Amino acid sequence: MDMQTPKKKLGIKERYALMTRGLDWETSYQPMDKVFPYAKYEGIKIHDWDAWEDPFRLTMDSYWKYQAEKERKLYAILDAFNQNNGHLGVTDARYINALKLFLNGISPLEYMAHRGFALLGRQFPGVGPRIACQMQSIDEVRHAQTQIHSMSNYNRYYNGFHSPTEMIQKVWYLSVPRSFFDDAYSAGPFEFITAIGFSFEYVLTNLLFVPFVSGAAYNGDMGAMTFGFSAQSDEARHMTLGLECIRFMLEQDPDNIPIVQKWIDKWTWRGIRVLSLVGMMMDYMLPKKVMSWKEAWEIYFEENGGALFNDLARYGITVPKCATDALEMKEHVSHQTWSTFYQYSGVSNFHAWMPSEEEMNWLSAKYPDTFDRYYRPRYEHWIKEAKEGRRFYNTSLPQLCQTCQIPMIFTEPGDPSQTCYRESDYAGDKYHFCSDHCKTIFDDEPEKYSQAWLPVSQIYQGNCFPEDVDPTAPDFNPIKEVLKYYNLNDGRDNMDFEGSEDQRNFAEWRAMSTQN
Amino acid sequence: MAVNALKDYPLRIADSVDKFNGAQLLFCGWDQHLMFCAPLAWALPPDTKFGDFVSQILPTGFGAHPDFEKIDWGKVEWLKSGQPWQPDFGKTLAENGLKHKDSLRMRTPGLNGIGGSCS
Repeated sequence: MDMQTPKKKLGIKERYALMTRGLDWETSYQPMDKVFPYAKYEGIKIHDWDAWEDPFRLTMDSYWKYQAEKERKLYAILDAFNQNNGHLGVTDARYINALKLFLNGISPLEYMAHRGFALLGRQFPGVGPRIACQMQSIDEVRHAQTQIHSMSNYNRYYNGFHSPTEMIQKVWYLSVPRSFFDDAYSAGPFEFITAIGFSFEYVLTNLLFVPFVSGAAYNGDMGAMTFGFSAQSDEARHMTLGLECIRFMLEQDPDNIPIVQKWIDKWTWRGIRVLSLVGMMMDYMLPKKVMSWKEAWEIYFEENGGALFNDLARYGITVPKCATDALEMKEHVSHQTWSTFYQYSGVSNFHAWMPSEEEMNWLSAKYPDTFDRYYRPRYEHWIKEAKEGRRFYNTSLPQLCQTCQIPMIFTEPGDPSQTCYRESDYAGDKYHFCSDHCKTIFDDEPEKYSQAWLPVSQIYQGNCFPEDVDPTAPDFNPIKEVLKYYNLNDGRDNMDFEGSEDQRNFAEWRAMSTQN
Repeated sequence: MAVNALKDYPLRIADSVDKFNGAQLLFCGWDQHLMFCAPLAWALPPDTKFGDFVSQILPTGFGAHPDFEKIDWGKVEWLKSGQPWQPDFGKTLAENGLKHKDSLRMRTPGLNGIGGSCS
């Protein structure tokens, strides 16, 4: 008898169809609306989930294979870097503070993204995006893990790396990136994918990863460079997913357009505010600088973002309103942010310092219209003060923006000499904002943002001291107690780089490795 | 506008005045002195005399600036929520009409930061 031999291997398309769409079904014991309760309340209308095109057609089995290969390479390089004391090969110990900022401010966000995409992997009624979100969820947890692994070696030698998961929930400036993700995570699935998948991953991710990865490369940090590359190849997939989701929403129903536009406006601005941290990292924290923040902004936002929005114009999407203000801000944001960390480095988990004369000249050249006029006099004053034994530490707490939670450090559009003040009245109280855009976001959902956990308010409410202290005791020192609550080692993790333990140790160890 | 949510969404205001143990928040910025990166925030009892706020609290915040000791307090122009405002130094915050989370600005004509740079 002739036997029909089954075909041994399926084509990619068939395999993808069987291992994704083939696993989906219409529920019969429970209505679909109860199984996917978050699918409709945001107002997004989807008529045909099958119209979703997965650009990568990746199935779980091939996903595991690719990722395992990347892990093997990454860990081989990390081992070699660590065994050769690679940390002593970086340009200068100041660089290590950029890693502290990354580990404390960015890596926990990878974990939050993992949770967010896991939720989407459960909640989207369409199986195509569900599978894609599951894979991204696994990518994100992998990024958190590889970043923590590669930086754990620095934790053996340097201060400020010891507790990122705790600090993201407590330390004042970390409420900025954290609240960004909390805001996205507590929205519905469509807003989350617009916030993270599109605005953050697509529009802004190059401004986050490229500076850190090339910063690592320029400063001799093979370890961080490698985890960056290992994550970067996933980012391409994430960007595509984000853009595909936006297109899908826009194509499904014209009523979706204004909702999506509102989210793009909101999340582009939220992202731009968070990226202030990256701006100062590029201009101030890298001893060997890759390019200025302004240059990075021009390439990755103005040119690339401009092309993207041209492409989306056919769906009726316009460039976010905040782009005009951002155009002017690129001249100031890194200086304003670094000034903030310089004066509040008494309560921060990385060191700050004043740029050298050579670095100030670089800044003058990169920012000819603003640096010498607005920022150099401030820095020269601070340098003089420090020389005379009065290094400037701001010991009062700042007023924060209710939306982005950044201290109100930004200046008025059109007037760099004036702090930008905006406020709204809501439910009998005043709310303050750093910008028109943060005010607009609040005014749209005041019920949500009036719940914000603002670090300054929480300190004044008495919620940021260790449990066993008595705030009425005569020797009670609120700042010291807040630092204990943050799990920040006073005198080691904080203060100026000049005179720090990190600076001393690095100099001593490097001398041991290069001299007799 | 009603909240777009799946269930009831009770209002949970994180910073209502009842949570500050009898104090109220007061913000104050100093125009053209951006060496202080942002306006400052204090939690003060509403019966604090405005004059005490100026003589005891403000120096802890802004005293590090070389312009601070040159301030002629009789000539300071005050703004509240961006509008001209006249405090009575002998009266309390409450008697001056200052409420929880009010935001003040002071302008010091003639004093405009380090080397006139607004820092």
